[in-house]
Amino acid sequence: MNWQSLVQALFGDAHTIERSGDVISGAAQLRGQTLTVVGTTDHAAIGVETALAQAKVVLDTVQNHPGRAIVLLVDTQGQRLRHRDELLCINRYMAHLGCCVDLARRSGHRIIGLVYDQALSGGFITSGLMADACYALPEAEIRVMRLPAMSRVTKINEDVLEALSQSNPVFAPGVANYVAMGGIQSLWNGDLRDCMLQALSDSNLRDQRADLGAARGGRRLAAKVAQQVVSA
Amino acid sequence: MNAPLSFAELSARQRVQHLLDAGTFTEILGPAQRVVSPHLALLGVPYAFDDGVVIGSGMLQGQPVLIAAQEGEFMGGGVGEVHGAKLVGLLRRALLVRPAAVLVCAESGGVRLHEANAGLIAVSEVMRALLDVRAAGIPVVMLIGGANGCFGGMGLIARCADHVVMSDQARMSMSGPEVIESSHGVEEFDSRDRALVWRTTGGKHRFLMGDCDRLVEDDVAAFRQAAAALLGVSRALTLDGLLAEHQLLTQRIARFEGCSDAVDVWSRMGLEHPEQVTDMEAAQMQSLRNEHVQEAV
Repeated sequence: MNWQSLVQALFGDAHTIERSGDVISGAAQLRGQTLTVVGTTDHAAIGVETALAQAKVVLDTVQNHPGRAIVLLVDTQGQRLRHRDELLCINRYMAHLGCCVDLARRSGHRIIGLVYDQALSGGFITSGLMADACYALPEAEIRVMRLPAMSRVTKINEDVLEALSQSNPVFAPGVANYVAMGGIQSLWNGDLRDCMLQALSDSNLRDQRADLGAARGGRRLAAKVAQQVVSA
Repeated sequence: MNAPLSFAELSARQRVQHLLDAGTFTEILGPAQRVVSPHLALLGVPYAFDDGVVIGSGMLQGQPVLIAAQEGEFMGGGVGEVHGAKLVGLLRRALLVRPAAVLVCAESGGVRLHEANAGLIAVSEVMRALLDVRAAGIPVVMLIGGANGCFGGMGLIARCADHVVMSDQARMSMSGPEVIESSHGVEEFDSRDRALVWRTTGGKHRFLMGDCDRLVEDDVAAFRQAAAALLGVSRALTLDGLLAEHQLLTQRIARFEGCSDAVDVWSRMGLEHPEQVTDMEAAQMQSLRNEHVQEAV
């Protein structure tokens, strides 16, 4: 789904969301609540400017609109693969975005992530994955790497990867795998407004993803191992 | 004074032993407990009994710390499900036992491809757990000095910590030069030009830019000394702090516009002899930074 259709389905005309470069941002009304909406479009490559622009919207919200919920809309091809970004320390820029999201949560803002198109690799770690919970549309794509490329890098036969991916969600592309592992809370079907309102009311300060992954059987060890370390 | 012992050449377990006060390290979920990745076995790939990360508790100059060390020799230090969960668990444990610091010897290419989805989620779980520790006023100190560098998701995690210590041989970045070269060509980033790679992502450049807080020689005693000085020194994340960081990062883009090489950056910083930076010792770098660098937030 493109961002205009998504925003229309969620908010009708009750929003000020605009696009600037690859970044979309604005305020929106949803059944009496005002939300900050910020994200990217056109499979944005997340470079230093894109990370900063999103961080600014989050910081502005914390500064000027106490308590206002924040919606992070994800559509990214991953981090920008340029020498200049590395020279400027792109990981610091991306981490800054993640830290701003974290500060917002600590300051009482609920934060909802939504992968509405594609979320690849590192582009989404410091946005959607830093939300209280991240959701996805059923047609969205989430992956680190496609199986042919993964086969080349890991030197494991693609047929082996393909066969294993049928039963194990741990490496293959696909939103269903991320749901099974708890990284995505759920897929949004039906009325998107209802889904958003439900997400806002379910929002929780505790990171529940490892527990969800265990309950869903997609990630059996993460929660258990972390707990073993805590109580060792 | 003992002869320097290369941090880069030590294994993760050796680093922990040498960083902490002698005989004080107690490992948590050590190799004897056989907490291994179930996914690697399914793929027919060798697994490790510690899943490539050593964690535990000990003392540093008589003060209690928690410590983690990634083993770069195992899957490049890649973060998988168990590896990530051990880091998350250690950080949560810090909230209970309140050590003087959590030390993380980061050496990792980022997400472990064989467990890509679990690794990606785990990196963000580590970030959230780390920021909880930071918010509790317990400093998290990243010690980066391994031959494999600190890349991808671990590069993001590193920049969430209170402090980053690097050696001049260390690298910290997001995408590896090989990935950038294969995406945009050798003209964009020549991954085989070692000098270029180090100028761009190495400890000296990161230190001059303020992306790492301390630069040390490749000597485990120097890392130990740097870590000891940061015990109990926490840097809370506040709105004011992040606004200042935002301003710094915004100005950086404008200030270094058009710079195509780290030497251009150093020159624009006002260094008189930027071409000499690569030959300098860590101690000289400190005075250079004092003269030329905006303090990191």
